[in-house]
Formats: sequence, structure tokens, C-alpha cells
Amino acid sequence: MQKSSRLAIFALIELASDPEKQVSVAEIGEKFRVSTHHLAKVMHTLGRAGLVKSVRGVGGGYCFSGNARRVTLLDVIALFEDVSGDCKLNDEGKATDVEWAVFDIMCEIDDIAKATLGATTISTMLMQIERRKGRAAAE
Amino acid sequence: MSSAEPEQSEIEIRRIQSGDIPAIIALDERVTEIAKPEYWQDIYERYSTRRLDERFFLVACSAGEAECKVLGYIVGAVRGWEFGSAPSGWVFGFAVEADTRQQGIGEKLFMAISAEFTAADITTIRTMVPRQNALHMAFFRSEGMVAGPYIQLEMEL
Repeated sequence: MQKSSRLAIFALIELASDPEKQVSVAEIGEKFRVSTHHLAKVMHTLGRAGLVKSVRGVGGGYCFSGNARRVTLLDVIALFEDVSGDCKLNDEGKATDVEWAVFDIMCEIDDIAKATLGATTISTMLMQIERRKGRAAAE
Repeated sequence: MSSAEPEQSEIEIRRIQSGDIPAIIALDERVTEIAKPEYWQDIYERYSTRRLDERFFLVACSAGEAECKVLGYIVGAVRGWEFGSAPSGWVFGFAVEADTRQQGIGEKLFMAISAEFTAADITTIRTMVPRQNALHMAFFRSEGMVAGPYIQLEMEL
């Protein structure tokens, strides 16, 4: 997963945890220890996709505007990376048996990753965070 | 709200009864597009007539109507010591009528079978979902299930 995708997921989960709250890029950047410059570009992409909306003025920032029960992690990643393509092997005609065997394993991992990311919504992530907090509190 | 969309409070979760089998067969056929009457008859006999303290075949039905209409089911059993795994609750069948989804019926079924497993001193619940079945995968994940320590393997024979 590329850095932009990871930042986008962090930001969306942060904003979706309180959809009424407006959070600035600087606040999100500070929380996740990332540069605001890179994060601003990420937020712009999320805004164009309708997942966040910007609020101008004092106390302005971004708030979540997507459907947390519908938007999956794969949907978010697809805004920044090509996830549509099938697993491909370069130079198929010249590939050795060793290369094909490694390719098969990488495709298997890729399929599992896509299935997991495509079945995990922002809402599920929020619930997972609460469960993790509950487990930590119980220990 | 139409009769096909009962409110959550009207949903009853109970063990399957012999009269429910035709509805289960039909619901499964609508979901999987394969009719399996002999399979379901066998599952009914094995999972609802013997060792009921560790085998659970539960149905969700519309309790408000004169005749309880089956809207979903979940089937599971306690399985233990396969490849060293301590006993766990294994769910191997689950479906909710398409036009009554997003109303909490699946969650009620899942919670009910989880409670049955808990009562049987089971602390882990497991299932197996096809990778391309995003509907079931998203549902089980939303209930808190994550990838476990076992990986399903197979080969063509």
C-alpha cells in the first residue's frame, strides 16, 4: 500500500469517528506524524471523491461526508493506486518456471489482500478500534 | 413497511423445526442458485436432533405473522482438536433473505449462535468465506471477525 493510501485511510477513519467535527490538515498531520504538505494533497483527492468536505473560515477544516458503512478500504486505495488490474507477469513468454512459481504465490497474496480490503468498511474499522480499546482496558 | 420488511422487534430467533426445511432449501437456492434438498435434510437431522448442546441450527422468522416465515438461518457446531485447535464454534451455513437485509437479522442470528457457543464454554468462533463473497466477508468482519491463525489450502485432484 502506498503512503498516500495509508494517509487517506488514517484521515478518513479519524474524521468518520466524529462526522460532525471539523478537523484541520495540521491536526491530522500532527496526530499521525506526517507532513501537512503531503496530507493536503491526499485530502484534496478525498474531497473530489466526495468522501470529505472542506469547511472554510475560523475553525474550518475537513469533515467526513461519505457513507462509512459502504466505503471500503479498497475503495479508498483505488483513489490513489491502480487496483483494478489482474496479477501480471512481465515477459510472460520468457519467464522461467521459477518466475512463474513466485508469481503464483504473489498473486495468491494479492487476492487475499484485495478481498480483505474490499470487505472492510470505514464503519468496521471504527468498531475494530473500539474493540481494541476494550481489550486494552480489560488487560 | 411491507410484510417483507419486518421490524427487528418482530424477528424471532429459534432452533429450526422440521416444517422450516422447505423454506431453508428455497432460501439457500435463491442465494446460491443450487438446490440441495438432500443436503439440508441431512443437516437438519444431524444438527437439530442430536447433541444439541454443541450443534446449533437457528432460524430467524417473522414472529408477528400467524405462520412464522423463515427470513434467515445460521448453522454451526462445536469442533475441536483438528490440527491441534482447541474446541471452537464453527459456523458453516448462513443466509438472510435478500429483501430483508440491512435490518439486523443477520446480526441477531450471529449474536444468537455466539451466545450458544459461549454457553458451551467456547471462546472462539470461526467460519470460512469465499474470497469473492464480499457480502458475507463484510458482514462477518463488521461483527468483529478477522483472519485467524489457520489458512485454508486445497488442490485439484
